[in-house]
Amino acid sequence: MPRYLLLKHYRGGPEQHHEVIPMDRWAPEAVDAHMAFLRECGRMLEETGELVEAQALHEERVYVQYAGKDAPPVTTDGPYPETSDLAAGWYMVDVESRERALEIAAFVSSGPDQHGGPMHEWIEVRQVMDDGVPDED
Amino acid sequence: MDEELLRALVPQVIGVLVRRDNDFATAEDAVQDALVEAVRVWPQAPPANPRAWLVTVAQRRLVDVRRSETARRRREESDAEEPAPGPAEQADDALLLLTLCCHPSLSPTSAVALALRAVGGLTTAQVADAFLVPQATMAQRISRAKATIRDVPLDRPGDLAAVLRVLYLVFHTGHRGQVDLAAEAIRLTRQLTLASPEPEVRGLLALMLLHHARDAARWDEGRLVPLDRQDRTRWDTAEIAEGVAILQESLRHGEPGEYRMQAAIAALHDDAASWEDTDWPQVLDWYDDLVALAGNPIARLSRLVALGHVEGPEAALAELAGLEVESGGTAQHHAVRGYLLELAGDRDAAATAYARAAGLATSAPERDHLTRSAAALRS
Repeated sequence: MPRYLLLKHYRGGPEQHHEVIPMDRWAPEAVDAHMAFLRECGRMLEETGELVEAQALHEERVYVQYAGKDAPPVTTDGPYPETSDLAAGWYMVDVESRERALEIAAFVSSGPDQHGGPMHEWIEVRQVMDDGVPDED
Repeated sequence: MDEELLRALVPQVIGVLVRRDNDFATAEDAVQDALVEAVRVWPQAPPANPRAWLVTVAQRRLVDVRRSETARRRREESDAEEPAPGPAEQADDALLLLTLCCHPSLSPTSAVALALRAVGGLTTAQVADAFLVPQATMAQRISRAKATIRDVPLDRPGDLAAVLRVLYLVFHTGHRGQVDLAAEAIRLTRQLTLASPEPEVRGLLALMLLHHARDAARWDEGRLVPLDRQDRTRWDTAEIAEGVAILQESLRHGEPGEYRMQAAIAALHDDAASWEDTDWPQVLDWYDDLVALAGNPIARLSRLVALGHVEGPEAALAELAGLEVESGGTAQHHAVRGYLLELAGDRDAAATAYARAAGLATSAPERDHLTRSAAALRS
């Protein structure tokens, strides 16, 4: 079965469906509702037997680079353009088909925004490479 | 602990419980519990009669579920006396359970998971491990599968073709977790040949053996080695001999179906001293039959490799161009195109085709091999 990574982002991606302000300015109830929705996604995917894992990522990021033998790693923490992608977390799913992965992603995108309506956020869908051996005859 | 024995006993014990008027889903759950208990307890305290032990523990589990003490005592007493089933009865149980687990109403993935647990005798943890998903996810997948087939009667064998498809899928999952699923598929198919006289079952067993025999030569330090570059001295000659013998016997019974045809192709490859020495006209004949019978896109593409060796790469490339609509977007289409272009001596075009195939491949070993092929032609 193919596996897909459904990536949520703090920012970046195609143009937003409508404005969604940063979550730290939402009403607490709206934050709770969104988080409850995400847990529900995980629960639903476990129940359908499709969940591989669900993870959230910290917002802070650092880029690291090899700097030569015996030299400490070179790091940078920005600044980055405001539009650069910043992943927020993912669901990895193990599904029958690509169509099913897209269907799940669309559902994840329907989580409530600051007003309680569907956020319509963009979910990035990436197929995970498998380790299958092709037919060799 | 004899794990193979334990696994072989699982479908038999489910069979016993189902014949005692338990429904399949409940019996299967109880036997899974007994299996998990056996894995825990047997290494320290191996039972004198493993089968009776499993029946007793599974039965107790069923009784616990029903909270019926009287039934427990009566059943436990009878367990000790019950004679072991003969080989025919064991085989019949496996066949009945396999056709149930591979019921066409189930998705292939669900069928594979359920069959491995109920017939293969694997624990949920082992099945989850083999498919790289968490145990809770796999448990849900299996329980949903069982709910789907709740109303399917378990009195006569169902669709054998569906069983063969599922077994072949298990075979191709290969060796990922603690359990070698290719070996498991061979074991189950071998068991099925005892229960069903259908020659395609033996054809599938032959096909699996003839492919499995190349396992040691297929990988080189984590790199996939394609058939044309494999060190054939590393092939398992005993497994090849067995596969060929089973195939030859099965070919004496009526028109061959797709598994016997594929096994015949595999046997021709296994029989050749080198890729160059392959009997390509015979391989092509079998592919012609296979395409006429099954007509699947992969067989069509593989046939063109044989055609390229028999009639030359240009003829095969011309036919490949005609397949564009059907398979033009697949990795295999471009991989075959690359191979034929390389055979024709057009290195640049071959490299481009391999690179295109690498971009479309969803298997990491395959992609790496295709990338390496493109790089080798360009260097």
